[in-house]
Amino acid sequence: MPLEARELAISVTDLTKHYGERAAVSHANFDVPMGTVCGFVGPNGSGKTTTMRMLLGLISPSGGNGKVLGEPISDPAKYLDRVGAMIEGPAFYPSLSGAENLKVLATLGGHSLDQVQVLLDRVGLGDRAKSKYKTYSLGMKQRLGIAAALLPNPQLLILDEPTNGLDPAGIQEIRDLLRSLANEGTTVFVSSHLLAEIEMISDSLVMLRQGEVIFAGKTQDLLLQQQPTILARSEDPKDLPRLIQIAREAGHEGSIIGSVAHILGPREWASTLNKLAFDSGITLAQLSPVLPSLEETFFEMTGAGE
Amino acid sequence: MIRVFFAEWRKLRRPVLFFGTMFAVVGFTALITSLLFLMIDSTRGNGREGQIINRLTLELPHGLSVGFSSASGFLGLIALCIFASQTAQEYTHGTLRNLLVRQPRRLTLLAGKFLSMCLFALISVILSAIVSVVFAFALSGKAKVVTTAWSTSAARSGLMHTFVNVLISVIAFGTIGMILGLLLRSPITAISIGVAWLLVVENILAATVKHSAQWMPGSMATTVATGGDINASYSHALWVLSAYLAVGVLIAGFFFRRRDVTN
Repeated sequence: MPLEARELAISVTDLTKHYGERAAVSHANFDVPMGTVCGFVGPNGSGKTTTMRMLLGLISPSGGNGKVLGEPISDPAKYLDRVGAMIEGPAFYPSLSGAENLKVLATLGGHSLDQVQVLLDRVGLGDRAKSKYKTYSLGMKQRLGIAAALLPNPQLLILDEPTNGLDPAGIQEIRDLLRSLANEGTTVFVSSHLLAEIEMISDSLVMLRQGEVIFAGKTQDLLLQQQPTILARSEDPKDLPRLIQIAREAGHEGSIIGSVAHILGPREWASTLNKLAFDSGITLAQLSPVLPSLEETFFEMTGAGE
Repeated sequence: MIRVFFAEWRKLRRPVLFFGTMFAVVGFTALITSLLFLMIDSTRGNGREGQIINRLTLELPHGLSVGFSSASGFLGLIALCIFASQTAQEYTHGTLRNLLVRQPRRLTLLAGKFLSMCLFALISVILSAIVSVVFAFALSGKAKVVTTAWSTSAARSGLMHTFVNVLISVIAFGTIGMILGLLLRSPITAISIGVAWLLVVENILAATVKHSAQWMPGSMATTVATGGDINASYSHALWVLSAYLAVGVLIAGFFFRRRDVTN
């Protein structure tokens, strides 16, 4: 059932941006429901950052329209005070400290200066608040960018590659932070190359390829659309070719990778495969239906791995 | 706009920039005023561009502000550099997008930044005036300049007029810097072109093309600071300067408002 406009944090219709003859974004249509985490994925140059810039009023669309928090993107002043954003990496004044940089932005946005230290503590920069920005590592700069995005206590958070430069522990912290923000009611629209992270935290997904939206919807729906695989391991590895043969005769393609047979087929066909294998005298040691990961789906849909 | 003003002020008041600039203002004003009095008998001149400013001139009521108005060109160059770098660095650091996400009304953002930089310029002009007056009184004895007329209301009025004129001139130089910063989007390019034009191109044109000086923006800004000079009258200079600035502000404002922010 379609959501009503007031239930949507972002809604774009035929959003288009041309640079000369080249379409950076072409007739994009997608919605992001309120209070969810929405992953925004696509290969480099697919139009993610351009789309985010249009949502933030930094560039004007060539066509189409959109709404953010119920307000048209043609009038960003109406909604930007409720939006936190970090676009194309963090950008701050090198000779100011992290805290002073945030104070500049807090003053500009009319936010409480008391928030600054709280947010620096929240992103793990509390003890480096007075260090100059130019002395920060890439990961620290990224954290400061996220703190800046959180300054307005936003209803909608738009983050472009927020985990760039972070170590695994930092990535997990940001993942937990985004999830907790979503639990508190903040809508998070986040682009990332780390598809495993996106898969873990996102409720919905918008996938771009060459400026066009090729999927927009729930993450689970996307994965369920993909051909699931049944992984089978026999007690005797010599039986695997025969198992593949049995699957093919039943209309299911398969291959052997290592000591495991990968057979394309729905979850419910696993029991049939088990029975067919048993009837042929093959004892299975493991039988597990799996969905392809978001990463596998991404490569298949975008052709990015080719 | 008030939030933009204070946000910009946070950047302008950082110690290296603020005290560094004010130290330069104090030093240069002190130097200009000292040369004016200590080289009063020099045949090579003691004023701007080798002018000879004698005792009789300095002993007049407006003699108190001659050192101050002579420093205006340097104050203008400082303003040009500060306004240009503070504007263009938003592009080179990529911080403009941060500002526009918080203040999407672009002309309001620009106006707030401009006013904040005007405050910076005002402080530098006040400081220069104080230093100039202090040095004038301190060195008048050594230069054998009688200062009786400096204590009259005419002297105070003259100083106030010079202060306003120097402030207008300095803000005009700053505005030129801001326009260049907005159009060129690089502090180094904006400052280089601005300084090269004011110090080199205008002087070459003035020396080679008759009457060209009275139509040059830098020359007219300097004329405004001195209240009129041999190049042009005060009112002519003010009109020409205003026309240049109005056109520049319109063009820069138009591009700033309409241009996509892609870095």
